[in-house]
Amino acid sequence: MTIKGRAYIAGAYEHPTRKAPDKSVAQIHAEAAIGALADAGLSKADVDGYFCAGDAPGMGPLSMVDYLNLRVKHVDATDIGGSSYLLHVSHAAQAIAAGKCTVALITLAGRPRSEGSSGTQPRAGNLTQPDTQWEYPYGVAVVNAYAMCAMRHMYEYGTTSEQLAWIKVAASHHAQHNPHAMLRDVVTVADVLASPMVADPLHRLDCCVVSDGGGALLVVAPEIARSLPRPLVKLIGAGEATKGQLGGDVDLTFSGARWSGPIAFAEAGVTPADINYASIYDSFTITVLMQLEDLGFCAKGQGGRFVADGNLIAGVGKLPFNTDGGGLCNNHPANRGGITKVIEAVRQLRGEAHPAVQVANCGLALAHGTGGLLGTRHGSATLIMERE
Amino acid sequence: MAEVSRIIPAPTPDAESAAFWAAASEGRFTLRRCRACDRAHWYPRAICPFCMSADTHWVAASGRGVIYSYSVMRRAPIPYAIAYVTLAEGPTMLTNLVDCDFDRLAIGQSVALVFVPSDGGPPVPMFRPVV
Repeated sequence: MTIKGRAYIAGAYEHPTRKAPDKSVAQIHAEAAIGALADAGLSKADVDGYFCAGDAPGMGPLSMVDYLNLRVKHVDATDIGGSSYLLHVSHAAQAIAAGKCTVALITLAGRPRSEGSSGTQPRAGNLTQPDTQWEYPYGVAVVNAYAMCAMRHMYEYGTTSEQLAWIKVAASHHAQHNPHAMLRDVVTVADVLASPMVADPLHRLDCCVVSDGGGALLVVAPEIARSLPRPLVKLIGAGEATKGQLGGDVDLTFSGARWSGPIAFAEAGVTPADINYASIYDSFTITVLMQLEDLGFCAKGQGGRFVADGNLIAGVGKLPFNTDGGGLCNNHPANRGGITKVIEAVRQLRGEAHPAVQVANCGLALAHGTGGLLGTRHGSATLIMERE
Repeated sequence: MAEVSRIIPAPTPDAESAAFWAAASEGRFTLRRCRACDRAHWYPRAICPFCMSADTHWVAASGRGVIYSYSVMRRAPIPYAIAYVTLAEGPTMLTNLVDCDFDRLAIGQSVALVFVPSDGGPPVPMFRPVV
């Protein structure tokens, strides 16, 4: 069974808040759901499937389904960190194709900014995790786990800090047009290199923002999508993978995108050269560079050359990416950027991105997420969507 | 044992790892090796991650290796160097680099094991560059 053409993304909503000390996490989930339903032209009673991940308060989907008082016949709370929501789109399409539901709601929300979260603080994780005792004593934070990937990539392929900086530069060129973006100032390569070193070789401006916020998506059956007044965004390919330390055969130079990407491209029947717009998970600049290579937008080791000189800037380069400003400049709600990746891809396919960054005749878009820690273990999820 | 000023959180041994941490408390660094596929792995498991055999056992390890990658965490109250070290026996393990000038670390550098005290638990294996 394929999900190609079996489901559409009919609603997409990014909560405009970036700091919400006066709201609860459940409330932000609900506000995002309201936004997505209004965007699609659907109502609460239409929802018969619900998806959430580890940012949702309570056990799996139970508390949020109860808070929203939904009557659903399909739930899924698979958590692969920030990439969960791309996987949820795929799983929702599978459920729709199998007749298990017809309108699937996916929500994300969190308040890491109000709660003082930072990617520089080691996290203990769950002590019952088999890996925690082998990692927590060593101060695995978020940023240094990605930094080791960058360090090895530089060693093997000659990638430079200047090349990584171009990724932030491109994101900032897009964020200047987004009134909700946290960082709207256009920055230069020199600005990135002059920002304080956080974990070698990643500077402060190589890192994403920490923001409160949320988002929601509605994945619906084809007949429902066609009954709605919105442009049709069809799901045509999806892939997922997880990657860890491989029993000790550690290889930090590639991500799970090497495995999830080809699955999605094969299902969609398209190639990287066909993609008009790409949302690429940007927790850090190195995340983007490695995913671009692993997804096949350039050869392994050529990512640095590929991203340099504005190649990711809309209207300038060959592959416009993260035209909302991405996690690097706009928003990284709940420390999980997956849902905003799908939302901006939907905007592009509908022709509803900011005019300054809208890709002309955007017919084919890719969204990809990396969740967890690139340098220890992470989830990867790839989606390919088409304007119909 | 090496001295570092950062407080090292104590590892929390479980039924599968108790023997490793007990050996570490005696200053012995061990690896888990599989008799079925004749490979050592990391982190240590009862079940071999390569072939799923349960025929695994503890072996003494050399404590020698090379730096596979590293990063100096500058934005911490006390900067520290996280690293992956590829052991002479094959597996690559997450660790810290200590007793060194952080600005002179390099991938490919040879390192040797040191046990570093943890905060109320067994000592943890770390590495320092050797010339």
